[in-house]
Amino acid sequence: MRLKQISERLSLQPVNATEEMLSADVTGGYISDLLSDVMANAERGTLWITLQTHENIVAVAVLKELAGVVIVNGRRPSEEAVEKALQEGVPLFVTPLSGFEVAGRLYMLFHAEEIQG
Amino acid sequence: MSSHRQIKEGSFHILGGDFANAGEASTSIKRELLEMGVEEDTIRRVSIATFEAEMNIIIYATAGIIRYTITPEEVIIIAEDMGPGIEDIELAMQEGYSTAPDWVREMGWGAGMGLPNMKKNSDVFKIDSVVGEGTRVDMIIKRRRNETEADQ
Repeated sequence: MRLKQISERLSLQPVNATEEMLSADVTGGYISDLLSDVMANAERGTLWITLQTHENIVAVAVLKELAGVVIVNGRRPSEEAVEKALQEGVPLFVTPLSGFEVAGRLYMLFHAEEIQG
Repeated sequence: MSSHRQIKEGSFHILGGDFANAGEASTSIKRELLEMGVEEDTIRRVSIATFEAEMNIIIYATAGIIRYTITPEEVIIIAEDMGPGIEDIELAMQEGYSTAPDWVREMGWGAGMGLPNMKKNSDVFKIDSVVGEGTRVDMIIKRRRNETEADQ
């Protein structure tokens, strides 16, 4: 599923995303606020849902080749994070929704058929 | 088959507290591995192990150096720092144990996963530490592990 479709369906607000970034393919999601957990367990191409806002989220996203980062609960990424994300081409999104809401909706997008039976 | 003889090495200086540049050493090493056409699983393990080593220097030490050697058989990562050292290595290796201060934990670091992650992703993992002086971690990530295992 394209990142653009997901961001529209979940009403995520792009912070820095260019059209090119939004055309990236997303394979799933991962939700965690522990960066070592994301390093260890998030899979390439997934969308990372977190409440962390500092610049190290970009380093983790780059190394793990994540599809992007969704910052929840109305939090804003730090200026350094936004700058770094621009340099590295990592799409950042913000949303007033909680991690639970974003993860649930994202899961629905990927698994709607199974859930509805 | 010239790539079989290819050995690359290099090093990075890391400054304690330099969160702004966290990930630069590991990203550079990853890039090097990609350019050399190293297999994906090796790159993944080296990236995780090196990033955690880099973070440990940034979080705990005054300064440190990460050295890497890439050979056709393995990737060797050595992280050496001038830092507080580790009092009880066995305890530090336990998942969930951390001595990180609160503000570091609030950033999502210091969850006690760093050293275990490094060990999990290495084939050889060795840690030496002197309290008040520093810590040295040696990691070897063997390449084409599946093939080797199948041969045995």
